[in-house]
Amino acid sequence: MLSRVANSIYWMCRYVERAENVARFISVNLNLLLDMPDEMGRQWEPLVMITGDQEFFDDKYDAYSKEAVISFLTFDRFYLNSIVSCLGMARENARSIREIISSEMWEHINTFYLELKDESAVKMAMEDPHRFYKIIQMRSHLFTGLLDSTMSHGEAWNFARVGMMLERADKTSRILDVKYFMLLPQLELVNTPVDNIQWTAVLKSASAFEMFRKEHHLITPQVVASFLIFDKNFPRSIRHCINKALISLQRIMNGTQNEKSGRYNAEKQLGRLASDLEYNDIDDVMEEGMHEYLDRLQIRINEIDKSVGTTFFNTKHLFETTNQEQ
Amino acid sequence: METFAQYDPGEFFDELMEADGTPRPGAQLLVDKINSLPPGDLAIRQQAAEALLLKMGITFNVYGREEGTEKIFPFDIIPRIVPADDWQHIEDGLKQRIYALNAFLQDIYNDKKILKDKIVPEDLVLSSKTYRKECEGFTPPKKIWCHVTGTDLVRGGDGKFYVLEDNLRCPSGVSYVLENRQVLKRTFPQVFEASKVRPVDNYPSKLLDLLEYLAPAHIKKPTIGVLTPGIFNSAYFEHSFLSQQMGVELVEGQDLVVSDGYVHMLTTKGLKRVDVLYRRLDDDFLDPEVFRPDSLLGVKGLMGVYKAGRLAMANAPGTGIADDKVIYAYVPKIIKYYTGEDPILANVPTYICREDKERAYVLDHLDELVVKAANESGGYGMLVGPHSTQAERDAFAEKIKAEPRNYMAQPTISLSRVPTLVEDGIEGRHVDLRPYVLFGKDIYVQPGGLTRVALTKGSLVVNSSQGGGSKDTWVL
Repeated sequence: MLSRVANSIYWMCRYVERAENVARFISVNLNLLLDMPDEMGRQWEPLVMITGDQEFFDDKYDAYSKEAVISFLTFDRFYLNSIVSCLGMARENARSIREIISSEMWEHINTFYLELKDESAVKMAMEDPHRFYKIIQMRSHLFTGLLDSTMSHGEAWNFARVGMMLERADKTSRILDVKYFMLLPQLELVNTPVDNIQWTAVLKSASAFEMFRKEHHLITPQVVASFLIFDKNFPRSIRHCINKALISLQRIMNGTQNEKSGRYNAEKQLGRLASDLEYNDIDDVMEEGMHEYLDRLQIRINEIDKSVGTTFFNTKHLFETTNQEQ
Repeated sequence: METFAQYDPGEFFDELMEADGTPRPGAQLLVDKINSLPPGDLAIRQQAAEALLLKMGITFNVYGREEGTEKIFPFDIIPRIVPADDWQHIEDGLKQRIYALNAFLQDIYNDKKILKDKIVPEDLVLSSKTYRKECEGFTPPKKIWCHVTGTDLVRGGDGKFYVLEDNLRCPSGVSYVLENRQVLKRTFPQVFEASKVRPVDNYPSKLLDLLEYLAPAHIKKPTIGVLTPGIFNSAYFEHSFLSQQMGVELVEGQDLVVSDGYVHMLTTKGLKRVDVLYRRLDDDFLDPEVFRPDSLLGVKGLMGVYKAGRLAMANAPGTGIADDKVIYAYVPKIIKYYTGEDPILANVPTYICREDKERAYVLDHLDELVVKAANESGGYGMLVGPHSTQAERDAFAEKIKAEPRNYMAQPTISLSRVPTLVEDGIEGRHVDLRPYVLFGKDIYVQPGGLTRVALTKGSLVVNSSQGGGSKDTWVL
């Protein structure tokens, strides 16, 4: 398939997944607020921290109020990782490959974006945020369902999966990272009810609470982290996502055994990460330090993303250079 | 009231109604159907059709506005009906015209006989911005230059069809013809069936046949692509639609690279050779080495491969000279020269500003004429005399005097009208007609075409960028 098309489908899925994760963060925070004592305050700031774009927020907004953070993360067209921006880009990517994806997928992403862009969406987000973010998540699930059930599971689909799984692994690591950062300094709170609520919220933002309960009874930071990083079967755990991405990448690589240098970089890097996740455990993480471990993980995911780009998407320079040499 | 009870055809030729307000023969069923609908029903059907178009993402971008101004091409639910005998006349006329224009292109880039015989002034051709020196001495595959044409026709107050413009470069709009038909079939199924409307749906397969026909003979399964400028182009939907319907790749300039003397697509598995391109990119942008060096949309080295015969392209570069609006005035002579026949479809009478006498007349009558620049499209660069201000006319007069070769003028034609759904019911609105012609093994005229309608009351400008919409066109 065309390199540009592969690039577009990969990013289309990354953007939809990214939008869904932003909705998850906000949704869980809303739930958390219902259970939190008032004096805790500052509950909206961590949401901006997860994004790593605090500077951008501070330039434009006065305070970390609910309204400001919701506007910023959901409707700010100038902020590239807001839900509306992500969906706008997902849709533009979809538009450029609408002859490749199914018309169900195109029509869904098109309507998803158009309705979010509509003024009535802002009103609903402010008045009934619980319902609003639930709808966004369900629409994203619908998109994933359409991807799975209306499109052939060929090369294009596998690129879609690699994009979606890398994005999901990255986002799960960020949820964990920020919560750890926020919660650990407050040592006196460890194992108090508030702490428990917080870790429940972490699980919920990854839709993991119920599945976690089936496996573990006690909610402790370590067990939660272990579940979100290493669980084999939970579909949002980092290990699971990386494994799925690897399977799709291997399917893509199958039959392209040419000797061009660097051709295997993406697969090699992804394979190494997968085996690390296979054989490491939470004790290794604690030894290195949670933040350090997750930070390194995110860097590795970024490198894999870059290698996927240079291997499959941005190859023109390879051929133009050969041309000049002749 | 959304019925024809109060409908007034006015002093114009009306495509559905006789002057006395009774339906024309082919329109009786449709008029009866609309009259029988409960009040408000037609408007609901119209809204449902528009919502469907938006959901399907059948939109275009308006040039010169902020990003995000994306509109559906306004669509009117009442179709235009063309009777069989009118259509036969149009079809014969277009076949003759396209045949002659193609012969003209082959001639001026090679033997230049028509110039030597002084039928068309040589300097006029050679001075046109759309004359491509790069094509001199070149003969495209199968000697075909203008594979896809969309000719703009208008019907005057006398009920006769005239050719208003030839579009031989990258005419757009055919996807709307196909989509409008899908929507209308669902809106008026019984009337549609009973009227025995001729199908338009096989256009993509005809186009695919044509593109395959152009491929070098030794290639059994040619790789074909539609070359698009990208998603920001106003006709992007159409490019995507056609490639999807034909089952061929949709490529942008950035997807192509010239290597080893061939054009290739960049794929996830390396390079793949391309044999035929249906290009929807203007000549100017095709190849930065040959045409505009600042083009980011094209492919370096494309023209070299093309001229070496290792790539076929539709339409051929250089066809723009044949739709130059001043050359247009010579088309009747061009037809006579290459076919020996009189033109079947007449031109609108045209004043050529490079001729002193005609220019003097134009300058004296700016308030009643329509003046057009030779190479603008989309309704830009023109003056509609009767709707202009003195200041606009003065400015245009200066432009004409400064560059007479670049202008022509025509009397304002009272375009025919078609009943159209408006806020307070049904009123007549002015229309033109753009049929699509494919020149491959033989010449095929799609029975129908795009009826563009000026939705603003009294307006004569049908361009989508300036308040125009479209209608389904039923050829009986």
